[in-house]
Amino acid sequence: MNLEGKKQIWSSYQKDIAEDNYYYARSCIRQNFYPASEVTFLRILREELGKNIFDDPNHTTCTGIGYHSDIVPFDTIQTVIARHFALMTEAGLENIAISCVTSFGMYTEILDLWEHFPEQLEKIREYLYKATKREFNVPKNIAHTSDIIYKFREEIAQKAKYKLINKETGEPLRVVEHIGCHYAKMFPTKGVGGAEFPQVLSGMIESWGGNVVDYPERRHCCGFGFRNYLIQANRGYSVSNTKKKLESMKPFKPDFIVANCPGCAMFMDKWQYTLAEMEGVTYDENGYGIPVLTYEEMAGLVLGYNPWDLGLQTHQVQCESLLDKIGIEYDPKAKYLDKNGNQLPIPESPMNLKV
Amino acid sequence: MRNFGFSTTKSRTIDYEKIDNRLIRYVLENEPTFNACLSCGSCTAICSAGNLTSFNIRRLSLQIRLGELEHAHEELDKCMLCGKCLLECPRGINTRNVIMLMKKGLYMIEHESKENNDR
Amino acid sequence: MIDVLIIGGGIAGLETACSLQDLGYETVIVEKEKTIGGHLNDWDTLFPTHRSAAEVLEHYTEETRKRALTIYLNTYVISIKKQNDGIFEVQTSRDVVFHCKSVVLASGYQLFNAERKEEYGYKIYDNVLTSADLEKRLKNLQGEFTTPTGVTPKRIAFIHCVGSRDEKSGNHYCSKLCCVTAVKQAIHMKQLCPQADVFCCYMDLRMYGPGFEEMYREAQEKYHVQFIRGRLSEVAENANGSLQLKVEDTLAARPSRLQVDMLVLMVGMETAKSTELFAQSCGLECASNRFVKTKDHHIGSNQTNVDGIFTAGASIGPLSVFDTVNHAKSAAFAVNDYLKAMK
Repeated sequence: MNLEGKKQIWSSYQKDIAEDNYYYARSCIRQNFYPASEVTFLRILREELGKNIFDDPNHTTCTGIGYHSDIVPFDTIQTVIARHFALMTEAGLENIAISCVTSFGMYTEILDLWEHFPEQLEKIREYLYKATKREFNVPKNIAHTSDIIYKFREEIAQKAKYKLINKETGEPLRVVEHIGCHYAKMFPTKGVGGAEFPQVLSGMIESWGGNVVDYPERRHCCGFGFRNYLIQANRGYSVSNTKKKLESMKPFKPDFIVANCPGCAMFMDKWQYTLAEMEGVTYDENGYGIPVLTYEEMAGLVLGYNPWDLGLQTHQVQCESLLDKIGIEYDPKAKYLDKNGNQLPIPESPMNLKV
Repeated sequence: MRNFGFSTTKSRTIDYEKIDNRLIRYVLENEPTFNACLSCGSCTAICSAGNLTSFNIRRLSLQIRLGELEHAHEELDKCMLCGKCLLECPRGINTRNVIMLMKKGLYMIEHESKENNDR
Repeated sequence: MIDVLIIGGGIAGLETACSLQDLGYETVIVEKEKTIGGHLNDWDTLFPTHRSAAEVLEHYTEETRKRALTIYLNTYVISIKKQNDGIFEVQTSRDVVFHCKSVVLASGYQLFNAERKEEYGYKIYDNVLTSADLEKRLKNLQGEFTTPTGVTPKRIAFIHCVGSRDEKSGNHYCSKLCCVTAVKQAIHMKQLCPQADVFCCYMDLRMYGPGFEEMYREAQEKYHVQFIRGRLSEVAENANGSLQLKVEDTLAARPSRLQVDMLVLMVGMETAKSTELFAQSCGLECASNRFVKTKDHHIGSNQTNVDGIFTAGASIGPLSVFDTVNHAKSAAFAVNDYLKAMK
């Protein structure tokens, strides 16, 4: 592996990422599955980096999941996204920071469409006005929230309490990075590092002390696939895709996986449980599975945030082995306490996946 | 093991590491002209059996190259050994002999595994 | 006054210069590199006979020496201007301005930069080579053949059409020589590493020249090179440094996964950057493949849209050594006709 070759590619795929003043577009599923990720993002931006970011209660789903599942028509999703632009405009902001990769793909695709077909933009302006009496400007800068963390990775590294290094051996942790398909595969120039060798997560990993694992099925889809998971009978496809990736990364003995897409983090995590229960297989050496983090959780760990405040207890594959490797201090008894210190019910243990 | 109402799908990917090459090796050793096949399909276009049944000599050749022997026996039985494909082949492959060697080779493989099972 | 200025000191330029000198014209060659011979310097053997490229090069060196041809090395052309009197003014990187009655573009081609196919990982994965890299490796080979990471290869794949017939690379055309080069190199690898499985992944096999089909058949029958009809879509590296390829076996209509120790990308040919530049300076028409457009495809392949500017060799498109030498010879006749008519 020659890093210089990758750097060559990276240099031709750097994009403009706004410095400050963002309108935050949240993700539907992240708020449910990894609820502290977005909170952590806001905390890092506001408390560590001193940025202005507006978290708007009027913001809704972009309907991307519905669109990709053939439920929501294209004109509808364009109008919903136009409404988000209107909210951004009303807030006096010009830069949009999008938490979800599917949303990011939709926003990017729609802006590209409007550029090529201005009459479509006019039509959507009219639809939105008729429905809501709102008007909008298209954003000056559009970034996925992982782009923003990437941009400020060195600032985060300077404030870091921990490094992505195995405390015992002193070796960098082996980290699998997984990029959501809709981040750069549709528009390679809109993703940091392009589509074949994206830099957005590997840049963070390297700045924070880890080593990136480049395994053969790195570019393969996580298996989410919308329709392929929404219908139970189709889920075999979804889980088979994840299995293909897990089998391919296993020989590299990764310490954890980090993803920049809500669906990817969820499926790479939860399907490990499913595969363990269905087929009795796990993809680490000790039967615990490979922990899967979002990039904000990874940043939060590096910054020394309490793992339970980061919501790591809500993951399927448990994170203690990783915390121990890095040497992060945590209180095992506090794992299932609510914010007032009351004990929450402790989840049942799976049959085959150790916790 | 738990049943979630779905299961993983077997990969359709051809894995060249895992190809069962016993039959193709036997055929090629005894009929080296078979190496020169271009998959042009003229054998299949002219095949008497293929006009009336699903027999496809080109497809069969390919399947055997990829080590897929499950349906080979049943497929080979459809050939009438008329030899028209032999006349047609632009590379001069003795296709009739290829069929005979496939039959022989397959018999040996089946016999061998039966013997192993009996043991 | 120089009769003919020849741009490019590869075999096309040398052959044209020799023929024109023999016809009694005063010729000058300008060559941008420090030595004559062009791409042939980098090649080990030539298809379809496996003869050494150095032998062909020696022939031209000898012919050049015998005729004491005037050659300006390390000199590249900046612009070509046709004056009102029909004389050409050629500016070069040296402080020399040439005046000549005619110009022959023998500026050849350049190889496709395989880094542009990002998904193939060239310059990232150590065991990914181009066809040109392999020739250099073979040329300098001492002892046993090993891959760049020092492994005796058990599996090798050749990928046809890298940067050819690929609109994503900006090249819609066929480079036509890569197919037969792959077959030649595949045979060579089988001779050096008889235990290795050698695969050629192709879209179409274009064995157009004399001796090519025979060579292909030899690769199949004698060397058991395996031909998979399908185009490579992606390369990745395994934990042990071997490579995983994703290619559809289109005849079986199934995706396939191929693990190899070495991957050879058959890079196509593109018009030389320099040709494009000086073509602009004198209003030369280029074809949709960016090579110089011939005035008449069938009966005027050395003429261009500018009277007095001729082409020899691969400045008009991908050509083999065989084609190049013939095209260069016919360039000499075309120039001769033009200069005779001028008198």
